[in-house]
Amino acid sequence: MALPRARAGAGAWAAAAKAAQRRRRAEGAGGSPSPAARSQRAALYVHWPYCEKRCSYCNFNKYIPRGVDEAAMRSCLVTETQTLLLLSGVRRVESVFFGGGTPSLASPHTVAAVLEAVAQTAHLPADSEVTLEVNPTSAPASRLAAFGAAGVNRLSIGLQSLDDAELQLLGRTHSANDALRTLAEARGLFPGRVSVDLMLGLPAQQVGPWLRRLGDLLRRCDDHVSLYQLSLERGTALFARVQRGALPAPDPELAAEMYQEGRAALREAGFRQYEVSNFARNGALSTHNWTYWQCGQYIGVGPGAHGRFVPQGAGGLAREARIQTLEPDNWMKEVKLFGHGTRKRSSLGELELLEEVLAMGLRTDVGITHQHWQQFEPQLTLGDVFGASEAVHALLEQGLLLLDHRGLRCSWEGLAVLDSLLLTLLPRLQEAWQQKAPAPVPGG
Amino acid sequence: MRLPAGRGWWRGRALAAWVPGAAGRAPPPPPPLPGPPGARVRGAAAARRALDRLYSSAARQEKVDMSRFPAENIRNFSIIAHVDHGKSTLADRLLELTGTIDKTKNNKQVLDKLQVERERGITVKAQTASLFYNHEGKEYLLNLIDTPGHVDFSYEVSRSLSACQGVLLVVDANEGIQAQTVANFFLAFEAQLSVIPVINKIDLKNADPERVVKQIEKVFDIPSDECIKISAKLGTNVESVLQAVIERIPPPKVHRNNPLKALVFDSTFDQYRGVIANVALFDGVVAKGDKIVSAHTQKTYEVNEVGVLNPNEQPTHKLYAGQVGYLIAGMKDVTEAQIGDTLYLHKQPVEPLPGFKSAKPMVFAGMYPVDQSEYNNLKSAIEKLTLNDSSVTVHRDNSLALGAGWRLGFLGLLHMEVFNQRLEQEYNASVILTTPTVPYKAVLSSAKLIKEYREKEITIINPAQFPEKSKVSEYLEPVVLGTIITPDEYIGKIMMLCQARRAVQKNMVFIDQNRVMLKYLLPLNEIVVDFYDSLKSLSSGYASFDYEDAGYQTAELVKMDILLNGNFVEELVTIVHKDKAHTVGKAICERLKDSLPRQLFEIAIQAAIGSRIIARETVKAYRKNVLAKCYGGDITRKMKLLKRQAEGKKKLRKVGNIEVPKDAFIKVLKTQTDK
Repeated sequence: MALPRARAGAGAWAAAAKAAQRRRRAEGAGGSPSPAARSQRAALYVHWPYCEKRCSYCNFNKYIPRGVDEAAMRSCLVTETQTLLLLSGVRRVESVFFGGGTPSLASPHTVAAVLEAVAQTAHLPADSEVTLEVNPTSAPASRLAAFGAAGVNRLSIGLQSLDDAELQLLGRTHSANDALRTLAEARGLFPGRVSVDLMLGLPAQQVGPWLRRLGDLLRRCDDHVSLYQLSLERGTALFARVQRGALPAPDPELAAEMYQEGRAALREAGFRQYEVSNFARNGALSTHNWTYWQCGQYIGVGPGAHGRFVPQGAGGLAREARIQTLEPDNWMKEVKLFGHGTRKRSSLGELELLEEVLAMGLRTDVGITHQHWQQFEPQLTLGDVFGASEAVHALLEQGLLLLDHRGLRCSWEGLAVLDSLLLTLLPRLQEAWQQKAPAPVPGG
Repeated sequence: MRLPAGRGWWRGRALAAWVPGAAGRAPPPPPPLPGPPGARVRGAAAARRALDRLYSSAARQEKVDMSRFPAENIRNFSIIAHVDHGKSTLADRLLELTGTIDKTKNNKQVLDKLQVERERGITVKAQTASLFYNHEGKEYLLNLIDTPGHVDFSYEVSRSLSACQGVLLVVDANEGIQAQTVANFFLAFEAQLSVIPVINKIDLKNADPERVVKQIEKVFDIPSDECIKISAKLGTNVESVLQAVIERIPPPKVHRNNPLKALVFDSTFDQYRGVIANVALFDGVVAKGDKIVSAHTQKTYEVNEVGVLNPNEQPTHKLYAGQVGYLIAGMKDVTEAQIGDTLYLHKQPVEPLPGFKSAKPMVFAGMYPVDQSEYNNLKSAIEKLTLNDSSVTVHRDNSLALGAGWRLGFLGLLHMEVFNQRLEQEYNASVILTTPTVPYKAVLSSAKLIKEYREKEITIINPAQFPEKSKVSEYLEPVVLGTIITPDEYIGKIMMLCQARRAVQKNMVFIDQNRVMLKYLLPLNEIVVDFYDSLKSLSSGYASFDYEDAGYQTAELVKMDILLNGNFVEELVTIVHKDKAHTVGKAICERLKDSLPRQLFEIAIQAAIGSRIIARETVKAYRKNVLAKCYGGDITRKMKLLKRQAEGKKKLRKVGNIEVPKDAFIKVLKTQTDK
């Protein structure tokens, strides 16, 4: 059994993590296990739905409770983890991600209990990536160490900005100094395994000052950075303030410039942009997120969590998109009654899955390799689908897209406008799919 | 319900007044009209008569003998006035005074029945009423021939006036002479009618009738003692207007014993009875059963019904020379009873009355349903409206961007606006109306083209048909003679405006100490969009404007293309005067820039004349268009959004490789209302 060894201490994890990175690097270059193995593997996402305070920009599924019955929540997370793992027939869990909400508000004991449940139901290798999202104020060093002891081996810090005024605008509870202190402590505990989130494109934010703060951050950060452009979501306080005219609307031109300059600065600092918003050096890519972009299976546990897997345990053949019940109390009731709180299941058709392979895969720097594509669509090659299209050809000509012996991927410029490219690529895929000869009867 | 779209208002009003207390009443007695001279008709009786008209046939009514009115006891007149000077209120009083309608507080713009007419204080569709009036022991037949109040309808006005011998020229005692007063006066003057100036609204606090008397003397050369000062609202001195009509307007010079010669001066359509033609008899007699011929179409009809309008149709045995009334003769379409046409008896042809023209549209605009699924509804609404207005020309049109629609021709701007407003108000149709254009002409020099068109001078309605300069000896554009009356403090600004609109000043006269009348020759296309609004705003609403057709003048016209990255955009081709090309081109480019979504490459928007670029705007390429966060929970939502966008993209019109949404075309093509 892997888990006891894994939980032995931070040192053992650090060693395991290094091995994991080497493997991931090989995978990133295109080596993939067989399809049969793929259906038995999954990533696991665990949603902790509670926050201390509402951030002004956030429209995620989160709740500001008066008191949390953590024991009940823990027990339900454990139950649902076991139920869904059995349902999926997954044998091997390659990454676990505790997101939220603010999962660092949960006790390390809860994290440990979930990981234990995973290890009891399926195989959780020692080198599995176990990430915890961390909010700087809720994470003193001692607590981070306790999470480490519980099995967490990677931290993702929601730092967002190094400007106190901006942090206030975003409704964050921490200061820039809090964030830097948490970052330093995290690096001490999880060297090479700490990520920070930084936002761009805030109302009234200017390119120069933002770039200088990015520079500051690059001198202090670890090997992983995520750059996110703020998107104003309906229903958030920030959206309302911009609507009212109390705040200027973010300028998309400036955001585009910050993004381009930011990418360049990160490249300069030795980071590989392995996805639209994600940068890593020394091979410190996030295995868990990589699974999303490669359309691997993932199981979502907790209120409002999303999953995509084949329910093999229940005799299912097609991949399903699943959503768990949003509201924590209702979700808990359902878990207690049925062992899980799945609210919505919908089968993904073959074309739908291919569309996701395309849209997600192109977010990465390697794009869609021929081998990767073939695992999902053995009949039509990437060349068959896109090679003859004039519209696609125009994108290749423009240098936004590349289609070669490695596969289909965005260029540096193309990655920034991927959503526009997809408006040409998705209809082309649909067209090719409709023209394709009917698939041979399985097993026939 | 027997409510013809064009004529129902009167009855509707009467009905509304009657219905509340009406239930269970005894059947209506026979209508008392015309009754003893000067008799007042009770409101209930009038209403009952109206109801009678709705539910029973006209035959039930007692027919009126019109032979009692020889020509010398007849006066045919119109009321003409600037907007809001009180023409309709005066008409209401005259109808009341002669007992034609009951005196109630509800008589407001009785002859203006369309919602748009009463909202705008204008008359679009002429209404006529025969008034019976006893004066010094004699019974007179006074035919009030109401005219459209705007020169857009100047042809209709001129036809109506040709059935008259005199006019009441109503001028507001406060506002004085306005542009439309002048235009209307000259129409009457040219028709050699007696003009009776009526100064209205003397009850207003700021009324200055003496000043208006002087203006009338100066501008129209009418002696001051001929002005009648009244308050139509209060009824003050209105009786003397009637006396003046009898004393100062001559009776029609006609002969009852000559063969029939009748002028069609208006026509409406009733879906049950067909066309109802309003006629003025110049000679002869007409009765049910007569066979009549249209001088214009040469078609023969049998008369089913004749009568007078009071203002509802009141059947009579006959109509006699000098009288005005209506005639129904199995015409199926208003184009069979065109305004200005002459009717005569079968086998007794007469010289047609002069001045007949088919309606000539001066302003064209494309009309498209906002949603193509509304096409058939809009089509039927347009058909219904044009049943009563044969002056609107309708041609089917197809735009790559806006879909199937029509190119409509109107008599003028107001006519166009009124038509559009009626579509919206009466038929609840919402439409895209493109920027109006005017009919240009080209005099061809190329023998080949002349052969092709079979004429030397061609009218260009669609810019795509604009012939090349090398094949043309000259281009012509329609011009109008505009009259502007303004307080003198605005002269400077108005002159600048006119200059900017390529206008040539023809005349400038002070009509009193501080009011000026300016006359300008203006290219019609310079006023079709926003001239009137600009004039109103720069004069704080005090300047008035009116215009009349002044033919065509030579113009240096060019065809301007709009290009997107070098590709021509068919639907945006514009004919423009050389001097205006830059301004117009720049405005189109700017509007396009604001409405074209960014794409993956830069878009150059250019306005060009031939190969010369005269304006340019650029839409920059997308620099960033990718969702920042895309993890487990975001995927479903993102895929949905992308697929919806991809679906929408398929519907976009492609110009070269540029995708242009319909909205962008609408923003460029649509009439700009708010400036």
